[in-house]
Amino acid sequence: MKPNVDIKALAKLARLELSAEEVSKLEKEIPTILQFVDQIQSANVSSEAKSPALRNVMRADANPHETGKFTERLLEAAPAREGDRIAVKQVVSRTKK
Amino acid sequence: MDLSTLTIAQARKDLDAKKYSALELTNAYLENIKAKDAEIHAYLEVWEDSAREEARKADEMIGEGKSLPLMGIPLAVKDNILIEGRIASAASKMLEKYHASYDATVITKLKAQGAVFLGRANMDEFAMGSSTENSAYGPSKNPHDTSRVPGGSSGGSAAAVSANLALAALGSDTGGSIRQPAALCGIVGLKTTYGSVSRSGLIAMGSSLDQIGPLTKTVEDSKILFDAIRGHDPKDSTSLPDIPRSDLGISKPKVIGVPRSFLKQGIEPDVLEHFEAMLESLRKSGYEIHDIELPNLSYGLPVYYIVMPAEVSTNLGRLDGIRYGLSVDAPSILETYEKSRAAGFGPETRRRIILGTFVLSSGYADAYYRKAKAVRELIRVDFDNAFKEVDAIAMPTTTSPAFKFGSKADPLSMYLEDIFTVPVNLAGVPAISVPMGNVMRDGKELPTGFQLITNNRCEEILFSVGKDIEKQ
Repeated sequence: MKPNVDIKALAKLARLELSAEEVSKLEKEIPTILQFVDQIQSANVSSEAKSPALRNVMRADANPHETGKFTERLLEAAPAREGDRIAVKQVVSRTKK
Repeated sequence: MDLSTLTIAQARKDLDAKKYSALELTNAYLENIKAKDAEIHAYLEVWEDSAREEARKADEMIGEGKSLPLMGIPLAVKDNILIEGRIASAASKMLEKYHASYDATVITKLKAQGAVFLGRANMDEFAMGSSTENSAYGPSKNPHDTSRVPGGSSGGSAAAVSANLALAALGSDTGGSIRQPAALCGIVGLKTTYGSVSRSGLIAMGSSLDQIGPLTKTVEDSKILFDAIRGHDPKDSTSLPDIPRSDLGISKPKVIGVPRSFLKQGIEPDVLEHFEAMLESLRKSGYEIHDIELPNLSYGLPVYYIVMPAEVSTNLGRLDGIRYGLSVDAPSILETYEKSRAAGFGPETRRRIILGTFVLSSGYADAYYRKAKAVRELIRVDFDNAFKEVDAIAMPTTTSPAFKFGSKADPLSMYLEDIFTVPVNLAGVPAISVPMGNVMRDGKELPTGFQLITNNRCEEILFSVGKDIEKQ
């Protein structure tokens, strides 16, 4: 399989700014790595392909910790805060760029 | 005290017999760090004051006759394991100033034992790499030859133990990150059964693969540290329930399997000689050595380099400049994400995020990610079947001894370093690397590692055979 690798589109999806130089470097490296991992296409999974024995573990929805117990400690790590909230930039903007 | 031969087991006896105090022991390591770590760079930060304080407390407890296996034992902690109030940067600029909000469960357990934390050990950024060259703070050096890498990603932990800058260390192993540096630095490294040691408070890389484990000088020490950190933890949903050892039905191991056809993967001749010699010694001491086939083992590396980056790109999504870590001020929230991540992540981390984003993208997820998950299951079944016939599987830990800085600049050549270690993480089973003798390169003696793999939760088998390997 010869995949179409659009580094700029992937960077956009990954919320990652890349320089033009790095884009062209990755345009060479990523297809090389994909060519290597493509070996798995020859594996025959039809016979034994069953899902692994995973189990979902949920905590009982009970006994919550006291409200605000960790608020201060976690907010200390935030780059910007307003009161007991993490401050963020506007998410939806009015005008198109 | 002679730190070069000291083990946890010996230090325990000495401390309890008051041959020296925990403070004297800690001071001896701190002095060694002062004298040697400028060259080795095993540590990103050394906590002199708190280490001495912890040692004094340990001395008080020992004085009251309340000794525990790790009380007063000076340890290095990989920089991706959280200690409340301390920086945990995962050797990334992204978390350069991040102070942990809570203790990792393994740290809670070690604190309860009265262990001493000397400092945080260098690593490849977010545990991605096999050399520590991906650390944002410069690489660690191999104590056996400082022109060579210590391995990685837990390279700082391995170098610290090997150079006597810590009595033992914690590392994490996602695809070989404990075993490979242990092999390259000439010490013992244990990748624990998936779910046996809590991952709560470990900065996540590949969540279906990551495990915390010990790097120590001896197999006995490996067991001591493993026993201190293992156990069920409700804070980690993948944590296994506790089972009494007697219920595991482990008997004295005697059959060791060797996947011969898989070992044709470019092992350097003198490394292979050491491996064969060790097998022969084990045969002479009473083990049966069988050739076995694990037909899907050769898919291990390609499967790993699909599954792991997929999980990396997902896990590192949380580092966006909003809740914690580096934040670059920008006009919109989208630009805050893009610029913070660009400024915080190094080149290998960025590469794996892009790769992971690709294999998960619609249109390619079936051919790459889902297919890899299915092949991973074949590998797991291969191990399952093998352990019906043998007690353990032997392979060299790496194809060669420590390599020179800069010699694996091409990403794929660095990835190949993991060929013998990644199948273990894909299957979830435990494995240990034990030194198997030195080879000469450029006039320097360099260590190599013998890897022993066993079935889930059977670490006792690794310790039992591992001790026999040490005797050779």
